[in-house]
Amino acid sequence: MEPVYRWPQPLLQVDDLRTYFYTRRGVVKAVDGVSFSVAPGETLGIVGESGSGKTMTSLSLLRLVPQPGGKIVGGKILFEGVDLLQLSEEEMREYRGSKISMILQDPMASLNPVYTIGEQVAEPLRQHQHLAGKTLWDQVTEALRLLRIPSPRERLENYPHQMSGGMRQRVVGGIAISCRPKLIIADEPTTALDATIQAQYLALLKDLQRQTNVAMIFVSHDFGIVARMCDRVAVMYAGKIVETATVRELFSNPQHPYTIGLVNSVPRLDRKVERLASIEGQPPALLNLPPGCRFAPRCYAVFDRCHVAEPPSIEAAPEHFAACWRVA
Amino acid sequence: MTSGGSVLEARNLKKHFPVTRGLALQRTVGWVRAVEDVSFVIRPGETLSLVGESGAGKTTVAKTVLLLEKLSGGNLLFHGKDVSQFGRAELREYRLNVQAVFQDPWGSMNPRMRVKTIVAEPLAVNTALSKQEIQRKVLELLAQVGLRPDQADLYPHEFSGGQRQRIAVARALALNPQLVVLDEPVSALDVSIRAQIMNLLKDLQTTYGLSYLLIAHNLATVRYMSHAVAIMYLGRIVEYAEGDELFEHPRHPYTKALMSAALPAHPDDVTEEIVLSGEMPSPLNPPRGCHFHPRCPQAMDVCREVAPVVTQLGGSHQVSCHLY
Repeated sequence: MEPVYRWPQPLLQVDDLRTYFYTRRGVVKAVDGVSFSVAPGETLGIVGESGSGKTMTSLSLLRLVPQPGGKIVGGKILFEGVDLLQLSEEEMREYRGSKISMILQDPMASLNPVYTIGEQVAEPLRQHQHLAGKTLWDQVTEALRLLRIPSPRERLENYPHQMSGGMRQRVVGGIAISCRPKLIIADEPTTALDATIQAQYLALLKDLQRQTNVAMIFVSHDFGIVARMCDRVAVMYAGKIVETATVRELFSNPQHPYTIGLVNSVPRLDRKVERLASIEGQPPALLNLPPGCRFAPRCYAVFDRCHVAEPPSIEAAPEHFAACWRVA
Repeated sequence: MTSGGSVLEARNLKKHFPVTRGLALQRTVGWVRAVEDVSFVIRPGETLSLVGESGAGKTTVAKTVLLLEKLSGGNLLFHGKDVSQFGRAELREYRLNVQAVFQDPWGSMNPRMRVKTIVAEPLAVNTALSKQEIQRKVLELLAQVGLRPDQADLYPHEFSGGQRQRIAVARALALNPQLVVLDEPVSALDVSIRAQIMNLLKDLQTTYGLSYLLIAHNLATVRYMSHAVAIMYLGRIVEYAEGDELFEHPRHPYTKALMSAALPAHPDDVTEEIVLSGEMPSPLNPPRGCHFHPRCPQAMDVCREVAPVVTQLGGSHQVSCHLY
């Protein structure tokens, strides 16, 4: 039996999010009408290639779009029913690192090289929960213990450069989990790690989720990570979500030609493949997009309508949506 | 292993880097044994892959093959002849025959040169072709890697990552090499572009009978591309096999762990869950006995004391492990 993921009230509901960049050469629509939701304890994967808008989507959720130039120009981001886009900057800070936190690709860029890791894990706890003294340090140690950092008490005094890449990324995880957030956004958290270290880290995050029931958004270019980690997947292409489905449904029954192409172009470890299918061409520049479907120039199943009108998100099966005229 | 029918053979390659202290009077306080006793054979028209995590020594092996690093020991044989005995002319010949494509095509191209100049450079330097002949050859090379003639006048920044990698391949092929060292040629590329470049490399191999030395960490990529695979850990080859043997019957616990760590192609794929504890130790101070024993789930007493020797398992399969 296929398990069907019917989540209760969403924790996060994103509606028609638009993040644009105003450049000298024109408006780059990095995120162009993106909608999705995440339920408590659920893991949503956002997959796409570079330039698909996946990272800008995740940064928009925390209102951390690069300035100047970048701007959220429309949509709603409802977190526990509150529209984050309506909050003042002051109010928004109460969410970042407390209810929603983030793990980025490069731990060295997230950590401050001149503070001990203890100080850095303590910072959000001081800021948001006003802890001090023994309670604070107990919480800090607990966060590091959750991330299975060996001898956490002693490690508090270490600086980031004294740790390996895998350990640093665990510290970043410890900072993210310290205030017991409801949602963690992980943007390519293991891309910089070696294969066996990546496997350790992913297993750790899964465990963490079982223990704390935190919801996660996993942003990645790698379908393998999605297959291992996620409950549901949204596939992005050129600023739009082209397909959403539960992870099993997406891999077994992909509907959008882009998703089909991606799934077929990944080499397999478990069997001999004589020739990989590949998607010819490359993603469009986001300046001056052509009318119609953005994938049309690379699509093998393209027909007249694709060049004229942009396909809406169409329900192909229960809880499975694809933005493709072929599905209609 | 014999040198019969080999393009390149490595015999007990060693590369040790000195670790020094002090500014004016440098003294050597230790050695990093980046590569230790690595042997392999690359046959005509075939791909040998070196797989391992960072610090395994695979890139150092590639650099010694490209003569960018001097060997501390061992021999490289090119068509059976010892490269260290080569004179000027033979070395030049070797360098023409052994080319490379690196991970980041940005780092290997002059941003101020047009594509046609980039691809023409090896021809202009190393051949006596006339300007017209070079130009014709450049357009031919660009066509082979799937670029249009009008793109010859563009600069590297006007291309996407995948196209830049095509340019790098065109340049590597300009002198009709016999062996191309591919150092993580697709890992910087997007998923949909990776398959394009892998297919291109395979097609070129079939057309020209090229040999590849592929350096990679992604096992699925390696399975797709290779005729033989060597798994490296801390400077040594721990397992070697040809064809699909290694993927179907991995023997070394490290190989098994790597296969288990590889991400699934489908959520229903079940892999044997082997999560290794710890990290690769420093090559400056490697553990006694088998280098892998501190992380090995099947370590025995003997592993802590004695370094394993290469064991033949039948066919081409070799493993360095006390279990066999």
